[in-house]
Amino acid sequence: MAIEVRIPTILRPYTGGERAVESSGSTVGEVVEQLEADHTGIKERLLEDSADGWAVRRFVNVYVNDEDIRFTGGLDTAVSDGDTIVILPAVAGGADLAAQGPAPLP
Amino acid sequence: MLIIDRATHDAIIEHARRDHPDEACGVVAGPIGSDRPARHVPMLNAAMSPTFYEFDSGDLLRLYREMDDNDEEPVVIYHSHTATEAYPSRTDINLAQEPNAHYVLVSTRDGAHESGPVDFRSYRIVDGEVTEEEVTVVERYEDEQISRPRPGTPAAPPEQKKAVS
Repeated sequence: MAIEVRIPTILRPYTGGERAVESSGSTVGEVVEQLEADHTGIKERLLEDSADGWAVRRFVNVYVNDEDIRFTGGLDTAVSDGDTIVILPAVAGGADLAAQGPAPLP
Repeated sequence: MLIIDRATHDAIIEHARRDHPDEACGVVAGPIGSDRPARHVPMLNAAMSPTFYEFDSGDLLRLYREMDDNDEEPVVIYHSHTATEAYPSRTDINLAQEPNAHYVLVSTRDGAHESGPVDFRSYRIVDGEVTEEEVTVVERYEDEQISRPRPGTPAAPPEQKKAVS
């Protein structure tokens, strides 16, 4: 089964500069495994190993046919021939005052 | 160096002031490879926070689809700091994932959201490394100037204007 996977700029070094690649699988998780087999190292940029097993990293968004997979079952989301997976890094940041710790004592 | 037109520069500052004390965020898209910030797209800060910003995931997908359709890329990604300087925080650096973008930070601290100058600074953030760059504000971009007929030179043949969508 051919699934089109759209690759963001930051991950194109893994795909030889390709903006989109074909992959296969019946779930997003399987597609990621196939991607890893074809483009070694990409999996770690997409997923993290947590207590509950592999999951998409907090600041990576994965969409199947325009639906964010966070709302459709995560890596278990089913895909089939002709589907398009879009990977987009989150655009996020901020001053994050908490991370700077408390102000020094007077 | 970031070269940006005054109208877009001012619109970013206006957006930051409007959203203060929450952080404001957005992009300026431009033709792929042009390095020209041409189309200002203010985004909603889904975090609605004074210390964090994040594009909503649905908005993000629509934005990138739109840029794809227009052969654009995010030339500038901007956000405001509302109580600290216009310098990338540890979070900003860790989460920067567009190696080709100019990361613009503006600061609305110390009353700058109401009046007075607003710090407007630009950085490259690649692999955790921050490099500040000069910002040049222009009234309009250079080849918009050259594209006008000059005295003494024959006018360019009329060109089919591309429909603006």
